[in-house]
Order: sequence, then structure tokens, then C-alpha cells
Amino acid sequence: MNSLAETNRFASLAAITGDRPGVALPTPWRGGLAAAAAWALTAALTWAWPDLTPWVRTGLLALLETGVALFLAGAALLGGVRLAAIHPYDRWFGALAAILSLWQVLTAKTGLLPLPFFPPPQSILEVYTDDAARLFESVWRSLVLLIPGYVIGGALGFLAGVSIGWSKAANYWGHPVLRFVGPLPATAWLPIAFFFFPGSHSASTFLVGLATFFPVAVLTASGVKGVNSAYYDIARTLGGSERFLILKVAVPAALPNVFVGLFMGLGSSFAVLIIAEMMGVKAGLGWYLQWAQGWAAYANLYGALIVMALLFSGLISLLFHVRDQVLAWQKGIVRW
Amino acid sequence: MVTTLDAPVDQGLSIQTRGVGHWFDTKDGRLDVLDDVTIDVAPGEFVALLGPSGCGKSTLLRLIAGLDAPRTGKVGADKVRIVGPDPSRLLVFQDPTLYPWRTVRQNVALGLEATGQAKGAQDRIDRALDLVGLRDFAGSLPNELSGGMAQRAALARVLVNNPRLLLLDEPLGKLDSLTRMTLQAELVRLWQDARFTALLVTHDVEEALLLAERIIIFSPRPARIVREIRVDAAYPRHRDAPELQVLRREILVSLGHDHEL
Repeated sequence: MNSLAETNRFASLAAITGDRPGVALPTPWRGGLAAAAAWALTAALTWAWPDLTPWVRTGLLALLETGVALFLAGAALLGGVRLAAIHPYDRWFGALAAILSLWQVLTAKTGLLPLPFFPPPQSILEVYTDDAARLFESVWRSLVLLIPGYVIGGALGFLAGVSIGWSKAANYWGHPVLRFVGPLPATAWLPIAFFFFPGSHSASTFLVGLATFFPVAVLTASGVKGVNSAYYDIARTLGGSERFLILKVAVPAALPNVFVGLFMGLGSSFAVLIIAEMMGVKAGLGWYLQWAQGWAAYANLYGALIVMALLFSGLISLLFHVRDQVLAWQKGIVRW
Repeated sequence: MVTTLDAPVDQGLSIQTRGVGHWFDTKDGRLDVLDDVTIDVAPGEFVALLGPSGCGKSTLLRLIAGLDAPRTGKVGADKVRIVGPDPSRLLVFQDPTLYPWRTVRQNVALGLEATGQAKGAQDRIDRALDLVGLRDFAGSLPNELSGGMAQRAALARVLVNNPRLLLLDEPLGKLDSLTRMTLQAELVRLWQDARFTALLVTHDVEEALLLAERIIIFSPRPARIVREIRVDAAYPRHRDAPELQVLRREILVSLGHDHEL
């Protein structure tokens, strides 16, 4: 009956695409087909409905939207199991097409939302095609500022946390400092940091490091303090030295906590980074945002925000990936 | 000093305690757990310390392990005062307390690593895994093991170090009854092969009767020695053996449970 007709349809389709006949194709990804149709409609709307005032990249936008539609259609019909991972997101693909259409209707097509505060998507696309060099430079400068500060702050926070968690003396002196100074947002140090450090770059590295240091130190310390004391009893009876107890028991047992600290530190280091770039560094994505605002270039602003979102969520994903590798023994950990 | 697993330790440690008393300082004041405990354990002997839960028997094991120092009295091994932990005296707890981030093999290798003997000791680790039947699970993580398997791994973790004294703190207390019966038999076999001295803390009368040559009965907290009973039955023992039933009755009377007979 129905399934037979479908099988025939797939057989002819397989012949067209050069697949070996007889290989059973899975049923098509219906949600993907619907999403492809939505993107095709969006592309038609972009292309056929003239802009109120012509935008340079309307044609390119229509082309890209067609590309997405073709990709989804291809994935739906031919992708098989290889692209199955994106199948649950069919409604998201559809919704993005709808948002893109609505956004264009309200801006480029009818002008219901006023410029310059509501730039159409084609103008953001224009930012990526025409201002790519500056954006890349900004991303690069942000990373150069962020990563050394994060690594130094994280490493020092880890060492401080292990010391405070392990040694009574370090805890006596270190814990009150963490409790008292830790709650200060790193941005509050900004005026002092820019005064004390020779350049804005070193000041920002310091601030990013500080923002990372506290959560990592606090969580590492509490992780080390919370280790099951029977783990230590075992290692001590087996002849483990203090060094062995720290490196082979306390640190691995505290690692899940360390990663929570690194995650929180990464979040607050983003905030500090952007503010430091806006206030003093004159480079990087934070500076780009301010520069764009100064020129009322709202398309650049939104464009940079999207890049920033991609960059930061990418960095957090990377951290979680490392965590999953290191803590593969753990089950039921928080997913990102 | 380094003995191999297949060459049994021909000499278990002897244990002496002299008038040992111990207490903890809690916020409600002093909590006495041990009162004037004097025990002698011969090398290679299997002794059970039997008493109600929470009476302080486990504390005595910690003192002999060298993890804590007694408040009063003396604790010695081979007539030398115990001042700290030593790999010749090893503990097995009620919980297996394997390190969850290490595989079974890495957990078993822990003691050799701690004393710098891990390199070239792969054979020794393999033999310890064979001894408890976990060779096929060497690469597994602790959370992939059943309770019985985890406790076997914990046993391998101590046995690989050729301990001269095994301190067993209700090691089978949390296992289901079938697994417990299997492991009881295995414990006897391991002890007969390796000839270490064994001190077993338990509140299970039957377990004490099946495993031990001598049973020391403690009062409720603070633990005081009430009575000693010698169990002369040959191994392997059968839980239904009439002579054990007679002793069981005697022990329950000593524990104050005669009204339940």
C-alpha cells in the first residue's frame, strides 16, 4: 500500500543520486522538508519583495537563504543517518526562517521599525562582508586579552584552592581573604588596575585573571575540603606520603569542583573583558561595540553581538568538552 | 622486604593491646568508646571482634591500623608500639571506598604506587585480580561494578601489598546475603593461603562463627571485653553444623539476647 509507493519513490530517487539500488533508504525527514520550504519562502520574500530603500546585500541574503533551503532539503531526502543529529532541531530551523522573514518585513520591506535602531538582516550581512577585517582583528585582540589572563588566573586559583583546602595555615590566612575580597566584582578593580599597571593590556589581563581566580580558588578549596576522609585513610594505610595524598587523592577528587569554578570564572572573565575593552584597551570586541555605537552603526553592533555570542558559547563548549574528557569517570554531570 | 603474592607471608603480625581506652570529644561532652581493652592476637590467627553496632569496635581497628592514637593504654604489633599507619597493616571498610576516577586495575595498584613499586608490578596486580576473580574487569570503573565486585576489588587493593595483618571492618555488611556467603568462603580461602593475621569486626554472630578461630565479645558502648570464645571447628565450616549452633546460643546469651532463643 502506501509504504510500497514510498519504497518505489525512494528507489527512483536512489537511481537519480547514484546510490546503489536495493539499499533501503530511511523515511525522509519530514520536519526538514517543512523547514526547507520555510527557508525557500523566506528566500522568495527577500528576492521578490523590493526593499523600501535598496540594500546592497539583499541579493546575497536571498542566495544564502536558498542555500539553507537546499541544504535542508538535501539533508531531508538524502542525508540518511549521517545528519540525523540535526533532525530534532527541525522546528528551530523553521522558526529561524519565520523570524528572518518577519524581521525583513518589519524593516527593509516596509520600514515599520525605524532605522538606525532596527537594521535589517541584509545590513548585518553587509557588516560581515564589508567589515570582516576589523571584526576578525577584534576577535583576535579579545582572545589575546582573554586567554592569558584566564589561564594565569585559573592556574593560580587552582593552586590557592588546593593550598587553602589542604593546609590549615593556608586556610587560616587565605580563607578570610577569599571571603572578604572574593565577592567584589573584578570590574570594581578597574580604575585601580588601570592606575597601577603600566599599560591597559596588562591591567586587563590582571582583571580577567582576578575574575577567574576567585571562583576557581573557592570551589577548588571546598572540593579539597569535601573529599571523603576514608579516601585519605586508605592512602595513608597503603603508605602514601602527603604529596601522594594531595596529588593522587585530593586533586582528582576535587576536579569536578575545579571545573565548576573554571566555568564560573569563564563567565565572569567575559564580562570583565568586554568592560575593560570598552573602558581602556581600545581594541577587541568590546571596543568594537563602543566604536559602532559611536557611529550609530547599529548593524555593526548587532553583528558584533552575534559574533560574541558564537565566540563565548564556543569557548564554554570547549571547556565542557575538556571536562567531559577529564571527568569521563563521572556520571550524570551537568550538560551544556 | 618485597614479597610476592604467590609466596605466602609465612608470618602474620601479632597484635597486643594493653588497657586501651578511647573517647571522642563531642559538643555534648566526652563520648567513651573503648574501655580497658586488652587483647593478644597470635601471628596468623583469625579473630572476630563481635559486638552490637556502634559499640566502638571499629575505633579499635583504626587504632591498630595506626590511623588514630589511643587516649590511654598501648597498642603494638609484634610487640612494637604502633605510632602510625603502615602498609603491613591494612584496612578493608564496610564501603569499598574505591577511587571512582580510577579503574579497578589502577585502584589495585594504589599501594604499589604509593610506595614507589608500581613499575614492573603488572604481574603482581594481575595475580591479585585473579585472586578475587576480577581479571576481566581490570579496566572497569568502580561505578560499573556491583557491590560484591567492588568489595572484591577493595580486597585485591590490600592483598596486592602482602599485608601481614588484615583489618576487616564489617567488610561484607552491605552485601546481599548470597554474595556475602560467597565472599565469606573466599575470605577463609585467602586467609588460609596467605597466612596473614585477620581481625574481623562484625555484629553478625554467624559470620564470626564461620570465619574466626576465636571470637571476642564486646559490650555496648563503651566497648569492654565481655567474653572470649574459641571456635575449634575445621574449615570450611558449614553454617548448620551443630557445634556452631551450640556456640551461637552461648554467644547470644553473652550479648544479652537470650530471651530471643
